[in-house]
Amino acid sequence: METFVANLTFALLAIAVLGGMSLLFGALLGYASVKFKVESDPLVEQLDQLLPQTQCGQCGYPGCKPYAQAVANGEAINKCAPGGDDTIKKIAELMGVEVEPLDENHEVDNSPKVAFIIEEDCIGCTKCIQACPVDAILGAAKQMHTIIIDECTGCDLCVEPCPVDCIEMIPIEKTTQNWQWDLNNIPVVQVD
Amino acid sequence: MESIINRITRGHFWHFHGGIHPPQQKFLTKDKPIRNLPLPEQLILPIQQHIGQPGDLLVSVGDRVLKGQVLTKSKKPTNQSMVVPVHAPTSGIVTAIKNSVIAHPSGLSSLCIFIEPDGEDKWQERNICEYPELLTREQVIDKITSAGIAGMGGAGFPTHIKVNIQPEINYLIINAAECEPYITADDLLIREHSATILDGINILERLLTPHHILIGIEDNKPEAIKVLQQATADNPKIKVCVLPTKYPTGGEKQLIQVLTGQEVPSGVIPRKLGIVMQNIATCFAIADAVIFDTPLIRRVVTVSGQALDKPQNVWALLGTPINYLLEQCHYQNTGDTGQRNKSNVNANKHVIMGGPMMGFSLSTDQVPVVKITNCVLAPSKDEIPADNKEVECIRCGQCAEVCPAQLLPQELQWSAKAKDHQQLTKLNLADCIECGACAYVCPSQIPLVHYYRIAKAEMREQHVLHLQSEKAKTRFEARKVRLEKEKLARETKQKKAADARKAKMAENTPEASNAKSAVAAALARVKAKKAKAASLQPEEKLAEKATLEKDELQADKKSQVAAAIARAKAKKLAAKASASKLSDAETEAPTETSGEKPETDTPKVKTSETEASQAKASQTKASQPKEVIPKESVHKTNNYKKLKIAAAIAKAKAKKAQKLAEQNQSENSDELPQNKAETSLNEKAEAAQAKKIKDDEKAKRIAAAVAKAKAAKAKRQEQQNKQNQQEAE
Repeated sequence: METFVANLTFALLAIAVLGGMSLLFGALLGYASVKFKVESDPLVEQLDQLLPQTQCGQCGYPGCKPYAQAVANGEAINKCAPGGDDTIKKIAELMGVEVEPLDENHEVDNSPKVAFIIEEDCIGCTKCIQACPVDAILGAAKQMHTIIIDECTGCDLCVEPCPVDCIEMIPIEKTTQNWQWDLNNIPVVQVD
Repeated sequence: MESIINRITRGHFWHFHGGIHPPQQKFLTKDKPIRNLPLPEQLILPIQQHIGQPGDLLVSVGDRVLKGQVLTKSKKPTNQSMVVPVHAPTSGIVTAIKNSVIAHPSGLSSLCIFIEPDGEDKWQERNICEYPELLTREQVIDKITSAGIAGMGGAGFPTHIKVNIQPEINYLIINAAECEPYITADDLLIREHSATILDGINILERLLTPHHILIGIEDNKPEAIKVLQQATADNPKIKVCVLPTKYPTGGEKQLIQVLTGQEVPSGVIPRKLGIVMQNIATCFAIADAVIFDTPLIRRVVTVSGQALDKPQNVWALLGTPINYLLEQCHYQNTGDTGQRNKSNVNANKHVIMGGPMMGFSLSTDQVPVVKITNCVLAPSKDEIPADNKEVECIRCGQCAEVCPAQLLPQELQWSAKAKDHQQLTKLNLADCIECGACAYVCPSQIPLVHYYRIAKAEMREQHVLHLQSEKAKTRFEARKVRLEKEKLARETKQKKAADARKAKMAENTPEASNAKSAVAAALARVKAKKAKAASLQPEEKLAEKATLEKDELQADKKSQVAAAIARAKAKKLAAKASASKLSDAETEAPTETSGEKPETDTPKVKTSETEASQAKASQTKASQPKEVIPKESVHKTNNYKKLKIAAAIAKAKAKKAQKLAEQNQSENSDELPQNKAETSLNEKAEAAQAKKIKDDEKAKRIAAAVAKAKAAKAKRQEQQNKQNQQEAE
């Protein structure tokens, strides 16, 4: 009987000690998780970072963020035409899925362009201003409009609404500033 | 501090990692004096020859310019801007200002000023300053700025910014190392113009007030060293440091390390360490500018290589075409490259601008000499083969041993080929000085530096794109916020207007009570109708639904078209009644969005045939809705809403027109209040039903029904109006 009591006491003590410890650590961990919380970048944010932010809507979504949201929810990753294959590759890497070729419906010439308003034709209807996703068009009703080249993302959303077709997309000129060293131009041989 | 100077005095220097000893080849030009060339037939001056922005043009085609006349200028206060002016190298006429190929590896064009020399070489008025010591600091910097001096060592950094600094400077280092093979331009300049160079150094000393001035020069230029030592003997501050010959001692960071033992950390400019470095040719140009009021219009260019019969250093005016220099130095058109040259001279000329290590092949020999051109190299086929055969990397690691920046060229090369920009950043590609030592020692003849240059350009572009996308994102977000705000403001305004209308109705006037009773009557009618509709047989309903669904798309377009026609009609009506104040209706229309679409059906009845055809046409295009929808409603995605707004505008116009007609004819019948009552009745009935039936389609159907009723009424009114009009007439 005595040994039983002793054993019981011992067992109870052990339970109490372990229970106390678990409570203590639980509290510690709980505190730490609140106090030292690390704000991780949500997936949508990371995806949004990869997209080119032209806000062109060619993917079928009204902007880059909504498409990022859709991709996070399982939408196809190959709908960003301005981003091209590079962007698809990056998204595939982030999402851990296979790289796909650019969606056929979206296969467009994605060389960098800027919109240009032929100023003598502009009637000042402000329709392009309303269409511009980044407010890069300057103008007022019945006044000539013009495009701030530095802010234009080349999304060509302004081209369609123009009633007099005075907006054209001009490829960005190659200068010594944005020139890319060309493997074909200089005698370099690629070895695999 | 003192120990560094002690070490230097003892002639003990530090070492930088790596480095190579390529064949010097300086004997080709080092013993011949700098030659003055006759004027070329044409000078081509790119307006940007430096790092920064080009200046604004000051001349136009046909202008006669004098030697030393400024051709471009910056608008901004010149002392701080990155703009460096260019000057006319000789007197003559500006024949053209157009894009022309410039000295850049891309072979791209840039804006250039073409000058045809008149042979007189007539100077503009100059003020020679005999005592530069008497000038103030600002005056000196102004002179340097307006003389258009950019670093002549190779980078072309605007000198006026580099000398206009306030923090304490420990060391002013004059770079005379000239470590690259073939080039002897600085060597010869020192030997022939040491006095002017010393004047330049003195000017820099007064500007920067350094504690020590170190002239770094390699030991392969004994004559120049002797001349410099003699010239600087009476200035204890200046120390001529004779360094062992090793490529690339002349690199900024390498020279600093060799002279002071300090390693310039990645991403830090030497100024932060209290060190400023100037090229010795820049010192000459500064003295020329400050004392002799001569802007930077010429420079010493080493024209060398075994393809030339008379390689020599020459005083080349800026803008001199390279082919003129080659011609003057007797470029061999025959010889080892002769056979191919006969067929096409220009295409087979292998000309390098800059040294053999860091220079680049020119796409054409029409490019001009610019401020940073220190060497033009025309090697023979055996000297520097044009195309190396690259083979697989054998991982020998020699490149890492010679890299002066202590990078891992082999790993960089793999990452560059794989376009792994993240890894390249990790491996500090940005610290690569593109000296070419790795490519020189590579037994596999891999042109490593080319790969780095490509990768660097790509990364730079990616960085720019990233910045742009960030900007676009913030602008997009800002726009969204703005639109939200505007929408809210509009809604509050509408609500206010609606409240005002309600309040007016609640007033105890005969008109209001009249309207109220009318509303009550209408409500009762609607209820009765609903009850009747509820008792309709289900089959009938189904059939109705089916037809409605079938016509859904059509109806959408139809009603839009109808709305447009209604608008036109209303306008016509109004024009008949009175031509004035129509524009008011347009501006007022948007506030009455609660209106229904009665008028939309009025013309529908009349022009059902044309409409049907129109609707059909639009249906065929339904797959491309953007093309079909009238332009003004393109942005609105909700079809139903769109419909409503269009109808509302039409209705508002029609209403206005009616009002005008009535006023014109001064007919004070019951029509107006009755009209009002109708409207509000419809509004209320519709609102109540829309609430109950959330389905858009159903709501539309009911709206259509109401509209039909209204249409009949409107038609009647219209006829009445016409009658009234006729009567009045």
